Amino acid sequence: MGKLNLDQILKDLDATSALEGLQDIIVALRDAFNVDHMVYHWVDSSGDQYGCGTYSPEWVELYTARNYLRVDPVIQGCYQRFHPVDWKRLDWSSKPAWEIFALAMEYGIGNQGYSIPIRGPNGQFALFTASHNCDDDAWAEFTEAYNRDLILIAHYFNRKALEFEPGRQSEQSRALSPREVDAMTLIAMGYSRAQVAESLSISQNTLRVYIESARFKLGALNTTHAVARALSRGLIVV
Amino acid sequence: MLRYIYGHDLHNHPELARSMFRDRADQFRTRLGWEVTVDDQGHERDQYDELDPLYVIWQNHDGSHGGSMRFLPTTGRVMVNEIFGHLTGGAPVVSPLIWECTRFCLSRGAESKVAAALMLAGGEIMTNFGVRHFVGAFDARMVRIYRAIGSSPEILGSEGEGRSRISVGLWEFTPEARTRVAARAGVSPELSRLWFDRAFGAVAPPEMALTA
Repeated sequence: MGKLNLDQILKDLDATSALEGLQDIIVALRDAFNVDHMVYHWVDSSGDQYGCGTYSPEWVELYTARNYLRVDPVIQGCYQRFHPVDWKRLDWSSKPAWEIFALAMEYGIGNQGYSIPIRGPNGQFALFTASHNCDDDAWAEFTEAYNRDLILIAHYFNRKALEFEPGRQSEQSRALSPREVDAMTLIAMGYSRAQVAESLSISQNTLRVYIESARFKLGALNTTHAVARALSRGLIVV
Repeated sequence: MLRYIYGHDLHNHPELARSMFRDRADQFRTRLGWEVTVDDQGHERDQYDELDPLYVIWQNHDGSHGGSMRFLPTTGRVMVNEIFGHLTGGAPVVSPLIWECTRFCLSRGAESKVAAALMLAGGEIMTNFGVRHFVGAFDARMVRIYRAIGSSPEILGSEGEGRSRISVGLWEFTPEARTRVAARAGVSPELSRLWFDRAFGAVAPPEMALTA
């Protein structure tokens, strides 16, 4: 999996100006992570739904027709939560759950899944999922390596989707604090983390929080890309 | 034992929830003298309890509350940004990888291992949910308690003096800190994992569940 490629996809996500564009992005993400499927699904407080992803239209149709949303362990296990969920941790023992799992296998969804619930503003709820067909060890290795990237991407995706909701204002501040600007500027100038921390008279742990928070506001997965974005948006000047 | 319970599930544990909110009133109003809201049932609750947080609770053998803390992701409304924003560098701390930990509470007469057990639970959350940092606000007395259990927060910003000094800080769990905290809690990593799995499900393959 190429990290550079991911950064380009996230730039494309940032540049997307219509809801329809999200479908191309999620296909590109699926390919970059080299998994069988990725899907994004959102339900807002008034019950309006939106989804995009790589599941086959036949599966989506069947899922909708049978109203699996009500009994799907993934939905049950993620709704009202904010922690990421490996499908293995869910209770698949009920008859409807067993039926969904068996059919999902038939429709090529995969035997493994990792779902990230997102609590948006005003009761909005979204779910971002990666699913794949592989053994447990391979999946554990995958989630161990990419869980944080997936969590960040899920939130970037939802943040973008929210932009397209009519009449909705972005609630999250994406402005960098003066401390975050200082930290990013010094990193852009080539200072090591130890030097940045010393220059700002803060510990390296504190610096890590500033960087983590700045990275999220900038929609990047790592510090290098966050710095590049801050520079290209004129948020920092070197 | 350690319980992990979302707000919307607290009603399934009525005695545990009642004793937690009562112990919070006892700690924050009676003992620390904070200006918190206590309802006519003697429960201390604030606006963040309404946001369906994740509670980590030490449950005593008799089923009552021994200690607890409360988590919310910083992508939503949190105290460090809404109330103590001026202590964190002027802009909100926001990331799904940074969760806020508040209302760290120990019941009167709680064994010293309870605080360490709660810290151990924090480590489980970080390890299993990809969380990188916990941030939270605390006062001067809590600084001593955290130091005593071997998990001192890193201070991001402070205001006030002496006992009423309020700080915003962050915790991180290194493997070394985890071993140290586990030893103080008197809880083996295996047992801690078992309690975590009891709350969130074990990592057993679905195929096994299906053949059962």
